[in-house]
Parts: sequence; structure tokens; C-alpha cells
Amino acid sequence: MNKKIHAPISHEEAADLRAGDYVYITGTIYTARDAAHKRMQETLDRGEPLPLDLKNNVIYYMGPSPARKGRPIGSAGPTTASRMDKYTPRLLDLGLGAMIGKGKRSQAVKDAIVRSGSVYFAAVGGAGALLSKRILSSEVIAYDDLGTEAIRRLEVEDFPAVVVIDSLGNDLYETAVLQYRKQEA
Amino acid sequence: MDQEEERILRTIQTREITENIREMCIEANHFLSQDMCRVFYQAAEKEESPLGKQILEQLKENLQIAGEDRIPICQDTGMAVIFLKIGQEVHFEGDSLADVVNQGVREGYTDGYLRKSVVKDPIERENTKDNTPAVIHYEIVDGDQVEITVAPKGFGSENMSRVFMLKPADGIEGVKNAILTAVKDAGPNACPPMVVGVGIGGTFEKCALMAKHALTRNLEEESPVPYVRDLEKEMLDKINRLGIGPGGLGGTVTALAVNIETYPTHIAGLPMAVNICCHVNRHVRRVI
Repeated sequence: MNKKIHAPISHEEAADLRAGDYVYITGTIYTARDAAHKRMQETLDRGEPLPLDLKNNVIYYMGPSPARKGRPIGSAGPTTASRMDKYTPRLLDLGLGAMIGKGKRSQAVKDAIVRSGSVYFAAVGGAGALLSKRILSSEVIAYDDLGTEAIRRLEVEDFPAVVVIDSLGNDLYETAVLQYRKQEA
Repeated sequence: MDQEEERILRTIQTREITENIREMCIEANHFLSQDMCRVFYQAAEKEESPLGKQILEQLKENLQIAGEDRIPICQDTGMAVIFLKIGQEVHFEGDSLADVVNQGVREGYTDGYLRKSVVKDPIERENTKDNTPAVIHYEIVDGDQVEITVAPKGFGSENMSRVFMLKPADGIEGVKNAILTAVKDAGPNACPPMVVGVGIGGTFEKCALMAKHALTRNLEEESPVPYVRDLEKEMLDKINRLGIGPGGLGGTVTALAVNIETYPTHIAGLPMAVNICCHVNRHVRRVI
């Protein structure tokens, strides 16, 4: 089912989404990938506040290529989410609304998605030029020294993604593959 | 130097290499090679899943936008892997070869607005900020030319690649199982539809290098070895029956090609490697 949704996303809104839904996201999202997650974890360990409020917010696992003149951002597709699995349950328990990435998640992340009532979206890996066009603005809000891995606030419009893990724990990667698997020749 | 030697050696100024590599890095990240495009478009026709079709349409549009608006096809513009086949009658003049290659990468990634994804040390992880150094593979061959292949490699798929130290008794069935295992484990992480490079034989490092090199082979060319050609076809069919599909979201187009290279090996071993590449399988080749 095709749906238009807004970011940030409340847990009530996330509960309406089902694995396999094709969504177009409009609103504000934040980027963070490997190095930013490591740093957020260290910040939390020290008992200090994070540079962004996680409540209902959406984290996009993405590190862009540099923007050409006149463009807000360069190529901007998703990176592999599983590298963030180690850090994710803690962020979900702190209120993170949703994540956008690509690839499988660990059982611990799935459990935390169900527990917190959030959702995991996949954007199409390797479609960085197309996804770049759905980003209206980009601003580094933290960890500027990390370059492409800095935390950015993005304004997006009709950003295409697919619900892969929903708040009930359904996982499209597991179900859809079985649907198209064929017997050995 | 005597007369005869003077006639056969061809002198190449190493600065020529820099300019070529600069251009090739930019080209590879904005335009897929003709063979990749044709194979991708042909495969897209065969997708059975509606969601899979929708994703392949997005990827076609992505390629168009990348070329027209000069936005890299993928934000992961890769670590620059460079194969240099150097004719043994070539004599280089100028700065050292590794330096001029890295200068080409530096200029290409900076001038081309490509992402700098290389860290100086695997543990300390400080970004070098110019995507150097490249990974350079040198080979000395016959002739008086230099063949340069620039193959920027993204790490979503690189991380899903594997080396298997099989035993002779595992035979061809062992090879087939290993390829399927690697592809199944890669699943959505490797950004399917993928290209699968396989190296069979040699030693631990030789099979890995062959698997990487296999990814740079023209996708419309077949292996000259009859049993390898059959194996490539069989494995492509088997992989496309796994159900992984575009983006790993289910479908019948999981791989675009399986390219296999082989090499003699030891009586005690059957080493093999599977190097997986996403649908953005970049390779640009020039001969100077």
C-alpha cells in the first residue's frame, strides 16, 4: 500500500504501518551512521545530553557525497543498518521514532522496535542520486569534524521508502524472499 | 643503453597516469559502463515482483539523474581499486607510480565531488579526506602499453564478501554451495541486484584477487573455459531462484551476472573467494 507520512513520526502513526507498505516521507529527519552512533553512545555513557532530541525523530543511516554548487546535498542513499545494531536498542528505548537504512537487523533491534512501537524503513540502496533530489535542505547540527559522518538535519519531501520491520515485528526481508523462492532446478 | 634496447623501450611520463585516473574516477562514479547498463536493463525486464519492478524503475531513474545532474550514482563512491597491467617494454619517467596514481585519485575525488571514505588506519580511523590511498594491483605483462582499470568499490557489498578454504574432496558442489551461501548471507545488505565475482584456485590471496578482478570483466563476455562458462550460467540461474530480489525485498532478479576466474592450485587445496558487488558495479578501462 502506498502511504504519505510525516516526520517526526509518533508511535501511534508508526503503529499504522505494516511491513511491505511503500511510503513517501515528508518532514524533518536526521542523519547518523557509524562514527556518530559511537559518539552518541559515549555521550550517553558519560550521562550527557545527546545533540538531538530522539523523541519521535527519524534517523537516516547515511553519509552523503559533497554537494555541488546550488545543491543542498550530494548523492544520499542509505548505508547498511546492521552496523548500527549494537547501538540501536538503547536509542529506541530513549524514544527514537523510526530508522531508515538498508539491510537486515538483529533480533535485539527487532525486539526493541516492538517494545518501543517504532518502525524500520529501507530506502533503495544505490539510488543516491534519486534520493538526493528528495532532500530540500541539509544542515550539520553536530560532530562536524566527522565530515560525511556528521549528524545532519534534513528537510525531505516525498522521500521514498519501504516498511521492512513494523511495530508488530513483521520482517519483510524474511517474508518477501520466501514468496519468490523457487525450488532448486 | 645500446641501440636495440633503445628501440624496444617505450617511455611514458607518469604524469599522464594522474590525469587519466582523475578522469576515470569521476566517470566511473557517474556513468555505468555500457555492458553494465545493457545487462541491467535486460534483467529488469525479467522481474516478476511488483515491488521489485518498482525498485528497478527507481534505479533506472537514478542512473539517468546521476548522468544528467552529475550526482554520483551512489553516495558510497568507494575505495579506489586500481589494476595496472604494465607492458614489460614500458619505461616510466617522472614521479613514482604509486604517487601519481594516488594523485589521480586525490584530484578525481576532490574535483568530482565524490565522497571521501578512506580512513588512514583501520583501528584509529581518521579520515584521510582525499580518498587516498588507492588499493593498487600491479601486473607485468607483454607489450609496450599500460592498461589501467579503475574500479571504485563500495563497502555495503564488500563487507558481505567471503574467502572459503575448501578441500579437494569438496569439488564443484562445494564451490556451488559456497557461492550460494555467500549470496544468501549477503541478501539485502549487498544492494541487489548484485554482480558476483568468483575466484577459484591459486592460494588464499590469489583467489581473492581473482574474485575482485572478475568483477571488472565485461559482463557480456563469457569465460573461455567451457566448464566455467556452464558454471557461471548455472549459478546465475540458481541465485535468481533464491527469491532475494531487488533491494532484497523479494523477487526474481537477484544477480545480474556471475563472473568466475580460475587458476592452478595445490594438491591439498581448493581455495575460493566470492567478491560481491552491488548493482553499481563500476569499472572504467583505458589503455595508454
